[in-house]
Amino acid sequence: MNLARGEPRWAVTFTVLLALIAQVIPLPDWLSVVRPAFVALVILYWSIYAPHAGGIFAPWLAGLALDVFKGEVLAQNALAIALIAYITMSLHQRLRNQTLVQQSLFVFLMLMVNEVVVWGIEGWSGDPSSTPWRWIQPMIGAMLWPFIALLVGRTHTRT
Amino acid sequence: MAVFGSATNRSFGGRGPSFGFRFFCYAILSVVLMFYDRRGQEQGRGWLDTARYGLQAAIYPLQLAVNSPSAAWRWLDESFTTRETLRAEVDALRERLRVQQLITLRQAALEKENATLRGLNALLPNIIEKRLVGEVVNVELTELRQRLLVNRGGTHGVFKAQPVITGDGVLGQVFRMGPFSSEIILITDAEHAVPVQVVRSGVRTFALGTGHSTSLELPFVPHNYDVKVGDLLVTSGLDDVFPFGLPVARVTKVARDPAQPLAQIHAVPLAGIESDREVLFIWQRKDHPAAVASPEALAVEAAPPVKKP
Repeated sequence: MNLARGEPRWAVTFTVLLALIAQVIPLPDWLSVVRPAFVALVILYWSIYAPHAGGIFAPWLAGLALDVFKGEVLAQNALAIALIAYITMSLHQRLRNQTLVQQSLFVFLMLMVNEVVVWGIEGWSGDPSSTPWRWIQPMIGAMLWPFIALLVGRTHTRT
Repeated sequence: MAVFGSATNRSFGGRGPSFGFRFFCYAILSVVLMFYDRRGQEQGRGWLDTARYGLQAAIYPLQLAVNSPSAAWRWLDESFTTRETLRAEVDALRERLRVQQLITLRQAALEKENATLRGLNALLPNIIEKRLVGEVVNVELTELRQRLLVNRGGTHGVFKAQPVITGDGVLGQVFRMGPFSSEIILITDAEHAVPVQVVRSGVRTFALGTGHSTSLELPFVPHNYDVKVGDLLVTSGLDDVFPFGLPVARVTKVARDPAQPLAQIHAVPLAGIESDREVLFIWQRKDHPAAVASPEALAVEAAPPVKKP
């Protein structure tokens, strides 16, 4: 971890906390089925626009918090979110030049990877927390991406 | 997409190791955590349980924050309750108290009679030695998980697999806990089973959760066993968790299809799983005849009979 100046660390912490709350707040069944992976979306944003603010550590920690929150096998979300953050950070310069709508295709892919990793780990550990509806969530997440990116973008000045 | 190892992947000068290397470290750490967490669940307590205990404390404020909108709503709702509603509630509670008093009046006599029948000199004390009221902080009632988060944890003496009840019946048991909070797995959770006994006929079986908060199923009852609609099910005390005699559910449906090897029986839990805001953690008297059998006693019973030559 470095302490470089000008990195929007507080914005990262704040938005990730909000995303965590949004992801675990109790909702009626039909709504929680279509609830997108907010934490992953916010992490994707920071991975593209400020990859050095949180590094890999922030995504991993956010994923771990999600695991503890949901009472799932420790580190399953942590691994999945760290993975998509890593892929996104590797490509962040290319992604920055795209429009938000173009980015949402990539976001869809990343959310899909996230789901597949979590699904795989759940299969291995035998935790039956899976419905076919989960495969809808990346789609909804990708559709929400432009809005979330604009919202999160207001918390810092882009460099 | 073949840029993973290229210059874009390398971090800028003086910024520490590359993302690739760091990700690799975290991935290894994750796999190790998952492995030990899974193994800890299978083998009982592990060091990761301790870590989780700490983590639960760390996220508890967040859990409270998540619950705050509904808590605020409930507070508002209660603040603006009219006088009439409150009066009606007080009347209902008085009526209920009167009924309960009648029952307890008889109970003293019954307990004495029971003790005489058992040949005991002294009256047996109540099996529930100590109780603790907890407030529900968060509710998760989905088909896959039926869980409650309650604001009592390790610092209040709560322990793993502790029975949790309401005034009406068995609610569930402690599944996981932190210092200030605990997660209750409800009897209606699809992964939960509670050994029960039919009060009327003494038939013993299991009540399994279905994932719906108003339904339990009893899938292991042969056709010829005596179970009827309306039967009261109480805990049988044959597990290590629940003491004997706590009300669990009432049978709502009995279907005996000759094509099936077993009867299909459904029951509705007595504890108001969707409505209760307060729950009771209970501690049972270890030396009480109705307490759960100690492992040693069970081992003696389970031991195969000695073969005679």
